[in-house]
Amino acid sequence: MAALDFILSNQQLVARLLLQHIVLTSCALAIAGTIGIAAGIAGARIPRFGSLALAITNVGQSIPSIALIGLVVPLIGIGFWPALMALAVRGVLPIYMNTYLGLAGVPAATREAAVGNGLSNGEILIWVEIPISAPIIMAGIRTAAVEGVAIATLAAFIGGGGLGDLILQGIAMMDPARLMGGALPVAALAIFAELTFGGLELILRRAFSV
Amino acid sequence: MSYLAAHPWSVIALLLQHLLIVASGLALSVAIAVPLGILVNTLRVLELPIMLVTGLMYLVPSLALFAFLIPFTGLGTKTAIVAQVVYSLLVIVRNTFAGLSAVPNAIREAATGNGLTAAQRLWLVELPMALPVIVGGVRVAAVMGVGIASIAAYVGAGGLGTLVFRGIATVDSDLILAGTLPIVALALSIDATLRFAESRLSA
Repeated sequence: MAALDFILSNQQLVARLLLQHIVLTSCALAIAGTIGIAAGIAGARIPRFGSLALAITNVGQSIPSIALIGLVVPLIGIGFWPALMALAVRGVLPIYMNTYLGLAGVPAATREAAVGNGLSNGEILIWVEIPISAPIIMAGIRTAAVEGVAIATLAAFIGGGGLGDLILQGIAMMDPARLMGGALPVAALAIFAELTFGGLELILRRAFSV
Repeated sequence: MSYLAAHPWSVIALLLQHLLIVASGLALSVAIAVPLGILVNTLRVLELPIMLVTGLMYLVPSLALFAFLIPFTGLGTKTAIVAQVVYSLLVIVRNTFAGLSAVPNAIREAATGNGLTAAQRLWLVELPMALPVIVGGVRVAAVMGVGIASIAAYVGAGGLGTLVFRGIATVDSDLILAGTLPIVALALSIDATLRFAESRLSA
């Protein structure tokens, strides 16, 4: 296959772009996870903020990711950091949504039982609410990760690097081997992200099933 | 915003082109995915393979999907439409199947008891009951289609993405905004319209 030949004869290039792609996606995921989970916890505590943020999240998720990539350029220019920002903003949405909905879905009786057992608010969050909603939160992280791999491909449009570079070069040069040489690892990475985080979700579900 | 103010008609022409790509992709997706959903509902053994294949296709990042399609469909609108169908299959098949399988058995039996054939029952009872859920899938597919059509401008499909990519290439914020703002507006208004349809249908 031409694509495999391309990858084998350009191992260093493909490895470097793959690494860039992974770094971009995981940095964005780390930022999005921190902000999304923190905001989700705040949202579950402050209902007015929580439901407003949920509405914003719903609207935000309808915005095409390429529009987001385009919008960061007038704001902060091109390169790695603008791409990271677009990815992180996008990733916050599903993580916030799932954290908020997961925490809000903890039965009131469970929370009251914890209060009755003398747990403080912070203890309830750490020992009761987060474990119960952990699989749902992980599902949000999974969505953010898989979308992140896809949006990181679009980062190539604004000079953010990653495997999208090969695809864009392949389109420009009408070189199917280069095109596929970029597309195959990207598709594999997306499937890998889905399986990894889907697996974690399953483990959490088993571990914390009540 | 000055590009938008100076060339409103060229932006509107691109918007219409964009809408046409999304609408054709959506029509084709519905024509393929709804029958597939009905098939999965009647032949449950097909659930795993069809969900697996459509789920796998859904995972492939859009730019990579374009890369896979270009050798077959070339550059242009055709690639945009085929890509849209590939992504829409999962959501519409899944929602059609979910909507149909949620029809209570008692209702299905009552229809049969009233002398309806299987086809009549599907057409007159099950599909109307599943419609809100199916429309929900169509909504997700339509919003996704706006995004895919935007990216497809890079492979020569036309539409509003043209402005975005021309703007990025020339580092012209004005041009980028003239493309992205209508794209966002289009996605949000399609989402709102179909959400409204969904709520009316389920009322």
